[in-house]
Amino acid sequence: MKKTTLIIMAGVTVLFLLSWIIKALALEGMQEDYIKKAFLVTFSAFLTLSILSFLYRDNPFYKFAEHLFVGVSAAFWMSMGFWSTIVGNLIPRLSQNLSVFFKVHYIPGDFNFRFYIPVILGLLLLMRLSRNYGWISRWSLAFIVGTTAGLNFIRYLRSDFIKQISATFVPLLVDWQGTGHFFSNLDLSASGQLVMMLANWTIFLGVMSGIIYFFFSKEHTGMFGRASRFGIWVLMITFGASFGYTVMGRISLLVGRITFLFRDWLGFNI
Amino acid sequence: MKTIGLFRFLPALTSFSIAFFIIFSPALKAQAPDDSLSTTSPDALAVSIAPPTSLVVFDYKYDDGEALELTWVPSVDDLPVVGKVTGYELYRSDNGGEFYKITELIPGSNNFRDEDLSTGVNYVYYIVALSADARAASVKTEAIQTHREWLNFNLKYLFLIALIISASVIYFIETARRGKKLFVRKIAGLEAVDDAIGQATEMGRSILFIPGINDMDEVQTLAAITILGRVSRVVADYDTKIHMPVSRSLVMTAARETIKASYMAAGRPDAYSDDMVHYVTDEQFGYVAAVDAIMVREKPATIFLLGSFFAESLILAETGNSVGAIQIAGTARPAQLPFFIAACDFTLIGEELFAASAYLSGEPKQLGSLKGQDVGKALAMLVILIAVILATISEIRPLETVRYVLDFLIQVFTIKT
Repeated sequence: MKKTTLIIMAGVTVLFLLSWIIKALALEGMQEDYIKKAFLVTFSAFLTLSILSFLYRDNPFYKFAEHLFVGVSAAFWMSMGFWSTIVGNLIPRLSQNLSVFFKVHYIPGDFNFRFYIPVILGLLLLMRLSRNYGWISRWSLAFIVGTTAGLNFIRYLRSDFIKQISATFVPLLVDWQGTGHFFSNLDLSASGQLVMMLANWTIFLGVMSGIIYFFFSKEHTGMFGRASRFGIWVLMITFGASFGYTVMGRISLLVGRITFLFRDWLGFNI
Repeated sequence: MKTIGLFRFLPALTSFSIAFFIIFSPALKAQAPDDSLSTTSPDALAVSIAPPTSLVVFDYKYDDGEALELTWVPSVDDLPVVGKVTGYELYRSDNGGEFYKITELIPGSNNFRDEDLSTGVNYVYYIVALSADARAASVKTEAIQTHREWLNFNLKYLFLIALIISASVIYFIETARRGKKLFVRKIAGLEAVDDAIGQATEMGRSILFIPGINDMDEVQTLAAITILGRVSRVVADYDTKIHMPVSRSLVMTAARETIKASYMAAGRPDAYSDDMVHYVTDEQFGYVAAVDAIMVREKPATIFLLGSFFAESLILAETGNSVGAIQIAGTARPAQLPFFIAACDFTLIGEELFAASAYLSGEPKQLGSLKGQDVGKALAMLVILIAVILATISEIRPLETVRYVLDFLIQVFTIKT
């Protein structure tokens, strides 16, 4: 390890201890377990700064935070999968003896042979561990992929196809009483008729040109190509608006983290 | 004179009314719903509000025998602002047992769907209108049972549309199998796949493949794994390194199978290693932290970001961009597409991700499926065009025939559950 690295690590350790002590002194008398609380706040701030240090470059503090995060979360999800799904949900519905063994409440009324299907499929998946019978695990995978495709076909057909089509059934002339009447009553604030018509035209042209862009059976040339180009423009404008909207959401997350650092850790009253 | 006459009889009328009430009150009590009758009947007598009327219960159509539908006419005292009714309570008896409250409803309610019921059980209902100081119960319904239906005819048009699209998919698959060449237009991002892998080979650097953070029950993950098949085949041919960190164990299994099959197809099974695909964590940002670090430490030449992404899309794409990798991204999540478009070299937008596998493989099955979907799109364009014209005509001049056809189209494309 380089000498500079050692000095930096020693410096950060000293700062960490100092922060812990100062925070503990600040919390003393306000909370019972102030030493533990001060450690948790300081450690949270240290991990936040370690992750943010990646903006500068990869470094040992980021590596520490990354490995801690990955290790803890992987272990957490594994134990959640076992204790919540298998022990918490499956065993109480399948076996009284196993329920007693795992000290969970047995639910006899909920027993159903269907619950053995995921058990069998799960066991088949574990066959991957066998060199000779590893191919059996493909059955479980085939089941998952097949049911996913089948179920999602109807789901997406309904939400992404049929509902979108019916939402485009809009009149291009709204509340129409003749051209003369329209121009003599062109008052947006009063009726909003023009705005409604513009909105409907945008929906109609946007959807039609968007579908044309995603039409793969014809070369995008001529009129078809121009419509497709208009479609991609519509998509890009939509993405631009979405980009700005989402970035604002991310900024609020950053503000949340900075608020934590300044208020909870450093004690500023913001 | 008449007024004086009435006043003369007033004491007698009052006495008669009191006597009538005392004698006949048990009979009146008997007419009110029992149960709980102990609580409702006295209140019903002290009525200062009118009860709900015309309570009707009927079997909910096209279900598995699990629901009954109730409708009633609200109390006449249930008025928007000045009404006395503060809400309703719905009571049910199962197989002649005691009535018990199943739900509370807000003023103005006139229907309720009672769900999670069982077949073969007789259900009887009544509803009570509530005010600040009184309760008024409706009459009880007749006993009714739920019924199962084999088919849900509410979904007949959905079935028809699915049938048309499926039939066109099957038709085009068969056409492709018979050897007819099916045309698919160029997709810009996919033209770059081979070049990007070639560049990684020349530079002696690895390829990073990120299949999103969803499991195998997500169609986009399936599409990503399909594209992985083609990518890993080229990787095997070129003898390039591929690295695939995943956040789901099932995706890891499927990806290993896919890459292994590609290496076997390329005639190089010995070059395959399970370490090419490894699990990181299910935690979204834990996974992102690890993948970012892999990008910075390994500096891959090419990064594929294909699948279902959420808030991590920009973090991954931006880090990949900062290490100078060629990035080919694709997702069907509209909220994440802008980030990929901003930070990646090529982006497969929405359905292009699903079309990619067909385009890359050139297999009859996948090409036929893509063509069949195009039939669906053509159908959608045609229907939209007709409906918009009809809607516009009916705005200008209300014609009965036009309105009829438009209503029919709306009915077809409005799916009831």
